[in-house]
Amino acid sequence: MNLIPLFIAVPLGVAFILALLGKFKEVVSDLLAALCTLSLAILSFVLIGQLKTHGIFVYTVGKWTPPWGINLVLDGLSLLMLIIINTVAFLVIIYSVSYMKKFTAKSRYYALFLLMLAGMNGVVLTGDFFNLFVFSEIAAISSYALVAFGVEAEELEASFKYMVMGSIASILILFSVGLLYGLTGSLNMADVGRMIQGRRNVLLSFSMTLFLAGFGLKAAVIPFHAWLPDAHPSAPAPISAMLSGVLIKALGVYALMRIFFNVFGMGLQLYWTFMILGCVSMIGGGLLALRQEDLKRLLAYSSISQIGYIILGLGCGNYWGIMGALFHLLNHASFKSLLFLNSGAVEYSTGTRKLEKMGGLSKVMPVTGATSTIASLSISGIPPFNGFWSKLFIIIGLIQAGHFVLAVITILASVLTLAYYLRMQRYAFFGELKEGLEKIKEAPFLMGFSVIVLAIICLGVGILFYPVMKIVLEPAVEVLQEGIRYSSLVLGG
Amino acid sequence: MIFFLCFVIFLIGLYCVIVKKNILKIVIGIAIMEYAVNLFLILLGYRWEGVPAIVTETVTQAKFVDPLPQALVLTAIVISIATLALMVSLCIRIHQRYKTFDITKIRRLKG
Repeated sequence: MNLIPLFIAVPLGVAFILALLGKFKEVVSDLLAALCTLSLAILSFVLIGQLKTHGIFVYTVGKWTPPWGINLVLDGLSLLMLIIINTVAFLVIIYSVSYMKKFTAKSRYYALFLLMLAGMNGVVLTGDFFNLFVFSEIAAISSYALVAFGVEAEELEASFKYMVMGSIASILILFSVGLLYGLTGSLNMADVGRMIQGRRNVLLSFSMTLFLAGFGLKAAVIPFHAWLPDAHPSAPAPISAMLSGVLIKALGVYALMRIFFNVFGMGLQLYWTFMILGCVSMIGGGLLALRQEDLKRLLAYSSISQIGYIILGLGCGNYWGIMGALFHLLNHASFKSLLFLNSGAVEYSTGTRKLEKMGGLSKVMPVTGATSTIASLSISGIPPFNGFWSKLFIIIGLIQAGHFVLAVITILASVLTLAYYLRMQRYAFFGELKEGLEKIKEAPFLMGFSVIVLAIICLGVGILFYPVMKIVLEPAVEVLQEGIRYSSLVLGG
Repeated sequence: MIFFLCFVIFLIGLYCVIVKKNILKIVIGIAIMEYAVNLFLILLGYRWEGVPAIVTETVTQAKFVDPLPQALVLTAIVISIATLALMVSLCIRIHQRYKTFDITKIRRLKG
């Protein structure tokens, strides 16, 4: 039996039920949302084994064969994204059970959350351009609403800014899809990929540029980053974790990878574009993060910097570069969600996000303090945590491709990361306890549970990096390295 | 030629989004861009003196217009309605909080 459509159908259905429930018992919506995401997370792990024995899964929606109908494709890369998305979503839901108590209309929150999840799962599974646009809109529109969930002045402002930028991105993507349809007469990714092989004309380059701008806006690489530092800190903490940890990767980086590696096929100019964009984001995001006073804003700028690492690794184009990029994608999802959840726990207990008002929080909030130390060490690339391996692989990839200057810049950016995380740790968690903070308590159990699991993932993936690489990452790297052979794999022959 | 005009409409929308200070005008700009793209999609499928793509006993070999872009545009319109509704409701909420529609006065976030 083909299980792929469940990843889209289950969250959509549960979101519908939750929206109907309204203000009916909160416990029911908590349970329903948690069960839904837990089952999806387990299902994504089950599929690892199936993918190994069966090979690539293709599901044709409504039995319309690919060039005419929509197909869903599950290969190594989609599976890696599914695992990341659904695991983080489950932990975030568990965290929200306690955190979202201060907001009203919790079931609506879950409904929007699951819609976003359905959209992201759809984006990573679909094999059709227009379908990609539709799913990315489902995810994006629910994320606009979730950013404004608190309806405070700042949140509305951030959401409006995010929405204007996001809508422009979607329009550019739709425009580009239209151009491709005009050029090839097909919307199926594999089919389009087969038809444009070897063809190079102005309109094709124009469509590539539009895709790069559109998905670049969604991924928040630096010339297109303006919305992210407003939108991510303003959202409620679990949503920030979801946006920063998963959404910018599923909608932005994944779509860029799939379209440029598997449909258009990478060329030398594109590799350079990726490397330059990545390098600028990596350095720019790091420098901007260094002078932030707001805890969540610092984390948001750090996300831009880490996305830069991923894009830079992809730009190398060789095995180690891509492996490092995908590994960093997985790692960033774990430690950035952890840091955002911790910032939420700090805000929950102290009621502030300003770094100068905190201090010595490790003494009163031991779990939050310890886990954010682990996350900070991981993100700065200290062995044996997971961030070390991914950054090492990216640097190896750069050296293999002969870009020594970029390798040195990457190492410097890693030092920069360490600098601003040490600053954050020193202000927030170490040192003397500030007056007025003695009475605060550790965050509730369910919030603690999620952050502890994420911290274990950070440490575990760091120590067991070899099996993780072999089982999950290698198939994904293969997909990207096969490049435009994707179309013959999907269409069969 | 007609595609060029379509692109001009798109640029007018982009200009409106970038230059205007009033947030409602920004929303209108985005709507104009969406219309331009929808028009572009419809034009892609249009054939001169074409007929709707319905095969009946009498009409079999006629010049059909491409029906797929029309289906795409319907979907895109539904999506843009959802975006527009959310945007306008955000504008109403922003006006409640800030008492203004002027984007230069709505600046509490910085850094």
